[in-house]
Amino acid sequence: MKPPIDNSTPTPRKGIRRLWHSFRQLFAQTPLLGWLFGFLLASILENLIGYPLARVLGLSKIPVLFGVDIALKTPLLLPATLLYDLIIYIIPLFLTVRYLTPFANRLAAWLLRAPMWVSALIHMALLFLVLYLWTGINDYRVLVAKLMMVSIIITLSLNVVNGYMGEFSCSHPGFIALGAYIASIITVGFFVGGNLKFVILPAYLAPLVFPLALILGGVVAALGALLVAIPSFRTRGDYLAIISLAFMFIVKSMFENLEILGGARGFGDQPNLATLPVVFIWTMLCIWIINNFVQSTMGKALNAVRDNELAADAMTVDTRKTKMVTFLFAAFWAGIAGGLLAHVIRYVNPGTFGLQKLAEVLAMVYFGGLNSVIGSIVGAIGYNLLSEMLRPLELIKWLIIPLLLILVMIFRPTGLIAFREFDLHKILQPKIPAKMEEVENVPPSS
Amino acid sequence: MSLLQVKKMTHYFGGLRAVYNYNLDINPGEIHGLIGPNGAGKTTIFNLITGIYTPTEGDILLDGKSIKGMRPHLIAAAGLARTFQNLRLWRYMTVLEHVKLAHYSKITYGLSGAFFNTRKRSQEENKITQKSMELLKLAGISHLADTVVTNLPYGAQRRLELARALAIEPKILFLDEPTAGMNPEEMLQMMDIIRKVQRQFNLAIFLIEHRMRLVMELSDRVQTLVFGEVVAEGLPEEVRNNPVVIDAYLGKEVET
Repeated sequence: MKPPIDNSTPTPRKGIRRLWHSFRQLFAQTPLLGWLFGFLLASILENLIGYPLARVLGLSKIPVLFGVDIALKTPLLLPATLLYDLIIYIIPLFLTVRYLTPFANRLAAWLLRAPMWVSALIHMALLFLVLYLWTGINDYRVLVAKLMMVSIIITLSLNVVNGYMGEFSCSHPGFIALGAYIASIITVGFFVGGNLKFVILPAYLAPLVFPLALILGGVVAALGALLVAIPSFRTRGDYLAIISLAFMFIVKSMFENLEILGGARGFGDQPNLATLPVVFIWTMLCIWIINNFVQSTMGKALNAVRDNELAADAMTVDTRKTKMVTFLFAAFWAGIAGGLLAHVIRYVNPGTFGLQKLAEVLAMVYFGGLNSVIGSIVGAIGYNLLSEMLRPLELIKWLIIPLLLILVMIFRPTGLIAFREFDLHKILQPKIPAKMEEVENVPPSS
Repeated sequence: MSLLQVKKMTHYFGGLRAVYNYNLDINPGEIHGLIGPNGAGKTTIFNLITGIYTPTEGDILLDGKSIKGMRPHLIAAAGLARTFQNLRLWRYMTVLEHVKLAHYSKITYGLSGAFFNTRKRSQEENKITQKSMELLKLAGISHLADTVVTNLPYGAQRRLELARALAIEPKILFLDEPTAGMNPEEMLQMMDIIRKVQRQFNLAIFLIEHRMRLVMELSDRVQTLVFGEVVAEGLPEEVRNNPVVIDAYLGKEVET
């Protein structure tokens, strides 16, 4: 089968292959802890010398998202941004990975001797530190990071219904809108006043009331989900899609016609409560709870309902209850995300929660991967980063992103990282160096 | 008292009479066979008793209590397990997860346990895992525990269905053509497993099967169903030699 051309030029391929192998070997040995150290170093470096370096390289400011936006706007600055990325990100990362890996491995192993949550918390704290330092450079990065985390919550919650349970729900923008408006009404009504005014409470209470407002938004979204679920879960398949789509439009036009909430103009002035740590904590909480749920035997019932409902029934699974609980649960988290979103942007507008939002959310779920927590995280981060980086291209952006989606659908029909469990232990554990010889002996695949 | 009793069950699909005046009595530990030509309504009877359809007329008693009209998962939890004629496994789940999920009705940690991963949950999950592994050993597929079912050979999938059905700790097990599509050797192995589990759990078994050898060797009593009606009932030898049964399967000899 193999054409003879392959043998005529073995040397360069082998060289590249070997280089690639050693490259991968180097990185395969690095635990998550090592990567976090690397990014931490890069962020510290950027905080210290980022600005002067950017000036020396002829950039007017620090490149926000790895310089992609600058390079797309003025391609002539591409070498400068590349050099910037090299000095600030790639070299520190490479050096940490090269020299700190044994230490990181030992540390990771040592941390795992304690209960896993200790190690998980330390990793999370490091991750937050990296995020905090990296976004400390300018406000745009803060916004992008917050929106990205809100997207993770939205994507995960929709994945629970569309991926794990295999129903096709389109009402997520509606739930997000409910959460956004309810949480905004409470925070604006109690702490800002204006058109809506209940009692103005002292400002120091705001951070305490905010979680309650979010939860109330989530609960209202879940109640909305109940309205969708009762008529539609007696049937299967397309009906839920249609009813949930209708629900989304009903919610949208309801807020468009509520003059007290600003109608179609929307309403703003939300207090600045969704700070980076707040959004970060909610996101981690969401990932933790949803991951717990889908890994329990109760959560596996979702997969059973999706793959064969009749068999699920015959094996004592209460399919109706499973579907209801799951749908309400997903709506609850969409509501929470909505509340956070409203306080990140500090403005809500019914127009935001329409078809375009739906397309975006669905794209993130299917791009990242069905039935996978990690997939949803990757999907949300990937989509958001891509969308922000390609912003200078304006219209062309809407050619590139759909094209990418199509490619993903062709080559990985269920998404990038589908049907994979989020195994915390595997992520946190030290990486034992693999044997180099084994890799060498593998014959090159055709 | 009999374990499962069906009294004068009749069912119509619209104008079609699928089952007519069907009676059944199964005692604990008894193996009851149901045979009949294709389309006679055997699987419909399974579906009626297990709650997928509600019979138009008649009553179904399990342990003396009526289960007619109850939702399928409650009937299953009451101790009535089944396997399916065409395998109904959950294609993205592993073997172990299948058997674990069949313990669903016995989970007590509730939603709070599922969401927050409480200690109670991990204890319970461990217990379920242990029980499931024992069942997998019994079915002879414990080495495949972490395999996703789509990658399993056919015989193993059949065994898994059996192990999964046993996990709900049934009093009576409904087997819908447990050896369909198996070769003779696999069929013999399956017969051994059925006998083994029947003895070990003192199970009553209600069996639909086309292979006469299996039905005749395993069953204590056999019914023959033709067009939704029982035409013959009794000990295996009696039924085998009954001319009505032979007619139903082979057709009447036409006199020329």
